Amino acid sequence: MAQLVAGIGTSHVPAIGMALDTGKTAEPYWKPLFAGYEFTKAWLAREKPDVIILVYNDHANAFSMDIVPTFALGCAAEYQPADEGWGARPVPVVKGDPELAWHLAESLILDEFDITIVNKMDVDHGLTVPLSLMFGQPPAWPCKVIPLAVNVIQYPPPTGRRCYALGQAIRRAVEAFGPERRVVIAGTGGLSHQIQGQRAGLINSAWDHAFLDQITNDPETLARIPHVDYVREAGSEGIEMVMWLVMRGALDARVKELHRFYHVPASNTAVGHIVLENA
Amino acid sequence: MSQREFDDIPGTPLFDGGMAQKGYHFNTFFMSLMKSDNRAAFKAGEAAYMENYSLSAEQKQAVLARDWNGMTALGGNVFFMVKLAATDGIAVAQMCASMAGMAPADYMRMMVAGGRPIAGNRSRDQNKAA
Repeated sequence: MAQLVAGIGTSHVPAIGMALDTGKTAEPYWKPLFAGYEFTKAWLAREKPDVIILVYNDHANAFSMDIVPTFALGCAAEYQPADEGWGARPVPVVKGDPELAWHLAESLILDEFDITIVNKMDVDHGLTVPLSLMFGQPPAWPCKVIPLAVNVIQYPPPTGRRCYALGQAIRRAVEAFGPERRVVIAGTGGLSHQIQGQRAGLINSAWDHAFLDQITNDPETLARIPHVDYVREAGSEGIEMVMWLVMRGALDARVKELHRFYHVPASNTAVGHIVLENA
Repeated sequence: MSQREFDDIPGTPLFDGGMAQKGYHFNTFFMSLMKSDNRAAFKAGEAAYMENYSLSAEQKQAVLARDWNGMTALGGNVFFMVKLAATDGIAVAQMCASMAGMAPADYMRMMVAGGRPIAGNRSRDQNKAA
């Protein structure tokens, strides 16, 4: 039987990947950030998940303006790191789990979540930076990955409530899967940041801390926050935070917070990170 | 959605359906810069390269002037515009500084000091009332 054991929330700032790939992790600017992930690396090395369902968004790399899927589930056997316009990140190929991914696709669609099925796509920093933060720089990723790409760059993204409900459906689907799997789900993006307009550089730490509190303790209330509040309080790109609700929806109503980390800035962004275990 | 509510947020573009309609060709142009051959062709002659895409005169001018706020107003999506910044060899933070009307060094200092505060940046109406 497959089991969904834990959830991880993390930012996916591209500059973090660049810092890692160019050997800057010990520099004073970056050192505190990477220190905030040491707990998680050690914890994952003990937990040994077979597969991570990784909720992220593509940033105009796999998807152009031609087709903008709201929820796109990767069912492929592998995914190449994307060349985003400055060369692909020097990270391992991402191995998928087609058997579980297809089970999820079928279950979710029959559970009335009309997701898009993806058989081939490159994965950008939205997916590979969280992997680097969770696993460091191994020669191969230690587990399989099922990418779930959420549109958050063309308004409107799915609502927080819809993301939360999708997470609940993912939980049902995972638990209905016969073969053994230890599954971790990760929600990525955020926290507060804005990379456009005269208000570029916005950071709202009070909002971010409240978000982290509620993602643990009161996700039902959190899921009702309207898009305009995200944009106003957390910046135009802070709306990415709805993706954390997919992760949270897949966990128990009550969870144990194992680890939390918050750091400003990574480039233009407030970095948030949390590890939640079913209580 | 209430457009009015979003309009009340100062200095914050919203890439909605209207912007997507304006910006389809524009964003297709930006995305073409993911390929190194295209970047080389663009650098060899920006105006000539842009003739391959159905851009308006204003869009072409905004690119030539590296008027980043102008690009978003004309339908550019910031994640697509990042391809142009990368072609220019500038960091996203530098593009942000330009949009915020700040020198890059001042912008970086602001970020390291905790970023642009939300107080005073939440609402045009509140700012007027204050």
